[in-house]
Amino acid sequence: MLVHTALDRAEQVARHWVAGGCPVVIHVDRKVPRAIHDAFAARFADLPDVCFSPRHACEWGTWGIVAASQAAAEMMLARFPTVRHVYLSSGSCMPLRPVAELRRYLDARPTTDFIESATTADVPWTVGGLSEERFTLRFPFSWKRHRKLFDRYVDLQRKVGFRRRIPPGIVPHMGSQWWCLTRRTLSAILQDPDRKVYDRYFRKVWIPDESYFQTLSRLYAQSIESRSLTLSKFDFQGKPHIFYDDHLQLLRRSDCFVARKIWPQADLLYKTFLGDDAAAMKGTEPNPGKIDRIFAKAVERRTRGRPGLYMQSRFPRDNWENGVTSSPYSVFEGFTELFEDFEPWLARITGARVHGHLFAPHQVEFEGRQSTFNGALSDNALLRDYNGRAFLTNLIWNTRGERQCFQFGPGDSQFISWDIARDANAQISVISGAWAIPLFQSNRNFADLRTEAAMLQKIESEHLSALRSPWAKGRIRIWTLAEFVESPMEALQQVLDEVGIQEQRRLSEVPRMVDLTGFGQFLQNLKNQGMHPYLMGDFPVDPAPDNAQKPARKPYLVR
Amino acid sequence: MGVWQSYRLRLQRQRWKLRAHRKSRELTVVADRTGQIGRNDILLFCTLRNEDVRLPYFLQYYRQLGVNHFLVVDNDSTDGGREYLAQQPDVSVWTTAHSYQKSRFGVDWLNWLQSRYGHDHWTLVVDPDEFFVYPFCDTRPIRALTDWLDASSIRSFGAMLLDMYPKGRIEETRYARAQDPLEIASWFDAGNYAITRNARFLNLWIQGGPRARAFFADKPKQAPALNKIPLVRWDRKYAYVSSTHMLLPRGLNLVYDEWGGEKASGVLLHTKFLNTLTLKAQEELERRQHYADSKEYKAYAAGLAGNTNLWCKWSEKYINWRQLEILGLMSKGNWA
Repeated sequence: MLVHTALDRAEQVARHWVAGGCPVVIHVDRKVPRAIHDAFAARFADLPDVCFSPRHACEWGTWGIVAASQAAAEMMLARFPTVRHVYLSSGSCMPLRPVAELRRYLDARPTTDFIESATTADVPWTVGGLSEERFTLRFPFSWKRHRKLFDRYVDLQRKVGFRRRIPPGIVPHMGSQWWCLTRRTLSAILQDPDRKVYDRYFRKVWIPDESYFQTLSRLYAQSIESRSLTLSKFDFQGKPHIFYDDHLQLLRRSDCFVARKIWPQADLLYKTFLGDDAAAMKGTEPNPGKIDRIFAKAVERRTRGRPGLYMQSRFPRDNWENGVTSSPYSVFEGFTELFEDFEPWLARITGARVHGHLFAPHQVEFEGRQSTFNGALSDNALLRDYNGRAFLTNLIWNTRGERQCFQFGPGDSQFISWDIARDANAQISVISGAWAIPLFQSNRNFADLRTEAAMLQKIESEHLSALRSPWAKGRIRIWTLAEFVESPMEALQQVLDEVGIQEQRRLSEVPRMVDLTGFGQFLQNLKNQGMHPYLMGDFPVDPAPDNAQKPARKPYLVR
Repeated sequence: MGVWQSYRLRLQRQRWKLRAHRKSRELTVVADRTGQIGRNDILLFCTLRNEDVRLPYFLQYYRQLGVNHFLVVDNDSTDGGREYLAQQPDVSVWTTAHSYQKSRFGVDWLNWLQSRYGHDHWTLVVDPDEFFVYPFCDTRPIRALTDWLDASSIRSFGAMLLDMYPKGRIEETRYARAQDPLEIASWFDAGNYAITRNARFLNLWIQGGPRARAFFADKPKQAPALNKIPLVRWDRKYAYVSSTHMLLPRGLNLVYDEWGGEKASGVLLHTKFLNTLTLKAQEELERRQHYADSKEYKAYAAGLAGNTNLWCKWSEKYINWRQLEILGLMSKGNWA
């Protein structure tokens, strides 16, 4: 048992092992002051089955831990000749199942070595990007204390092309440092005539405690079970996950014999698993997968996060969002201008949440024009424009699970123009030039209309260039007004298919198109005034009145 | 980061340290129990004025989380709060009648106390109306968190300020001494926060919530900052720059992930909006000792006089930290 802190807990665990009939050799890190060590050792005076091995300084990733394990193992084999299996554990390990159960388990497998041991090519856990190089470079500097020096020396060796020679006869293997080996294998490793060679080699390998026994046991073991009996989960930095009181049920349901690492102050865990009620595990079905899932999820959350969430501890740089927003939504441009009752119609037919112009200049037009919306978003335009992107991403995040649709156009504030263009969740449907219809219907001076038309056209053209740029990732459809009016049904059908209509039949009900009689002439008048409206496509100056009015007169289609 | 900028920030940090040292002369000891502080104790630092009615619950809440010692600067309280604190076995109290504003809203006083007593300790800096919530806070003491942060080589832990408010007029319900303020102010805004990054100090600048919605809608830039970094493994070289919003050296402000992942974070439940606020807003307006000419208090006074109700139909009722986690206001990160 390797021990360096939380000595009280270590004592508790050691006593538990001894009570279960297992002799214990304890190695206390040399960094623990002598006085504390002696006091700790004195506490075991009543237990002849506990000894203390010569102390080594154990720093993470260095040889000290292997040296400590060797010394302790030698002592164990020499002092207790009846021992058949030796289990390497630490002070923060805790037996979950009764010791007797573990003994029975090992008795049934008297020649099996339990040690996780895989070749470097086959393991995904490589902290610091070093896998095979662990064995071929030198690592004289501490990774924890002199990270820069460590990294630079590695780089230098790579540049120079330095490679250490791996001693003949061994193939580097890696695995969890917590093993359970048979006397036969362990003594063969420790008494190997070439041990000096191996020791000298592994002394300069990085994290030798994960490779020394793992490699050498391959030379002697009769049958290796390549798994650790110790349940030990690592996070993305390669440090072990810690178990707390609230993991009690999880640990109970795991089938593992020993778990690490236990938080020293997890009183409930220590009481439950080391208490007299040793049958804590009995009768429960083993289910180690659940622990795996929880910790895998934690790593995933730390490395990938929740897409579309911007918060105090997740604020990705541009293009690292892993999704600009959290879920799909639809943007309609020019539809409310062309159809009289587009919003209620869309809501009816899709069941989605349909807003007006969310980015209207004076007020946010939430559905039903409410003054606040999900997440207490305010309808205040100043607040919204203070951070337009946050407004959009908040809205989509707050309404997860419900599709949002909103109107957009050149009359709105344009802060999010690029954000929606590069958002793969955005489904954007544009009838370009439709902004001219309200102008056409209005009763304002023509000079004003001309100025406004020129401005809106300029804004929309910029927006369209964003939508057409190579960075645009949304599902984008753009029709000119003329194209759309020609066959509005097909276009609407296409759009709705993507939003997902509840009933998968053809459209049975269509919104009412505004009366466009004279619109062509209106455009011609703009042209005559020197302003060239081009975004609406080639709109005939005087369309045959029948063509334009048909959809308006026949809102119901007969298939 | 350019060498020049780095140098300037270092100068600035040293200036704050010097200033803190100078301002320390303004403090008078009322009760000094700092001798009790053990080597690994978790310390709480706090500045307050006339908060007596909140103190019993405040102390109880943080004792329960596992804070070992409280270090409090009392800014000339007249309500008996100082005497109450001085009687507590785990509280050290200093007092001063000097200007809160000129001490940069208490930052200078606390910077000094922290460098004096907080070196190499985990320190939590909160106001008496702020309640720290972190992942698993219902099952794990704060020591579990700091141990985990230590093991992960993390020096600072962010906790955004979440404004809590009652349903109905703030005046309506009276807060009783030793009562849990969350029983009254149990509502919050779940998703209307806007974030930008501060390029100079690298911290995030978070604004929004009910205060932005109700008091600062027409001047959103002035809305109060909600980003906070209250829990830090303190070193005498560190300094808070502005409240607990940002620190120097600025690496401590990187409590967020920039590559799509989530770091662990908590929340400070801010229970300012109780009936006690009206009186306080009046008083603070007269003293003019608050940030940016007490703009905030002016807004409250105006708003509260008109009986502003912060509650709206989309307000969320607080349940526990897991709810905040699901809403995306805080994160477990890779702590499981």
